[in-house]
Amino acid sequence: MRVLKFLIPLAVFFVLVGFLYRGLKLDPREVPSPLIGKPAPEFALTQLDKPEQTIRRADMLGKVWLLNVWASWCEACREEHPYLVEFAKLKALPIYGLDYKDERAPAQQWLTDRGNPYDASLFDANGRVGIDFGVYGVPETFLIDKQGVIRFKQIGPLTPEVLNSQVLPLLRKLNG
Amino acid sequence: MADARRIAAAIALALSFASPAFAADAPAEVASDAAVRFQPPTAAPTAADPALEARMLAITGELRCLVCQNQTIADSHADLAVDLRQEVREMLRHGRTPDEIRRYMTDRYGDFVLYRPPFKASTLVLWLGPAALLALALVALTIVIRRRARLADDHFEADPVFDGDTPEPASDPLSRTGTPA
Repeated sequence: MRVLKFLIPLAVFFVLVGFLYRGLKLDPREVPSPLIGKPAPEFALTQLDKPEQTIRRADMLGKVWLLNVWASWCEACREEHPYLVEFAKLKALPIYGLDYKDERAPAQQWLTDRGNPYDASLFDANGRVGIDFGVYGVPETFLIDKQGVIRFKQIGPLTPEVLNSQVLPLLRKLNG
Repeated sequence: MADARRIAAAIALALSFASPAFAADAPAEVASDAAVRFQPPTAAPTAADPALEARMLAITGELRCLVCQNQTIADSHADLAVDLRQEVREMLRHGRTPDEIRRYMTDRYGDFVLYRPPFKASTLVLWLGPAALLALALVALTIVIRRRARLADDHFEADPVFDGDTPEPASDPLSRTGTPA
């Protein structure tokens, strides 16, 4: 009984330390998206370089594709972009951009300067489609399957590690 | 008397911290207060439709802005918050209910956007945890007090006794009450 009196507070202390230690490694910015496993929202947007051509959600069905949300004003996109350009050379899957709350001229210039990894970029001037995709921190990347269901979401810049350890294995699984 | 009041105030404070809604109360009130205060009855309204604006602020005051996470959508100047406020205005104009608007937000950003999280299995600890801790503390306190009440007098330090010769120490006002003159 005497020993218990000291052991209980000690146990409580260690449990608390355990929680706090775990808390150190959690990133509050990474909010689990409720969209994973759900159908991608409807959209119909013009292409960045072809304002007369519209791409809709239905056009994308039947293939596994990557949607990368970017903007010419986005600092972190500069960090991500070279990886995306390299990744596109693998031709592993179609990569589409969602140019979020941007203007056509600087966005096109941005791609000319840094290389264009996208099969096409959807031009989302007012950010409505971005809101429907739950975008809150550009860049964000979605992997969408043949049925139009969102299977993976990356918040913040893609890295070679994420592409190799998550995107490619998931792509193989979805295509296999 | 003053002590009793102080204890009551402390308990009220503890209870207010125990509720998860505590975090949500302050910003929500600020938001709706501001909406009311900034509409002088004689001057022209600042927004096109002050009633709509007040309803919009009441709803967005309980929603977390994901860009600056400790602000509400009503308070935040982040681009996304500005867009979402506009979105809520339009939904209200189209006659959508506050519940439908909250649903619209959680469909996109999850329960994390709600400053008042729903009561369900994954939020059980959040809602009941503080009350359970308080109950546990009260049980422990009762046990300790009961046990002490049963102890014989010789377990406690004796009260200081003063004889007539020794002057009472003036520095300790508490001991004065216990000493017969």
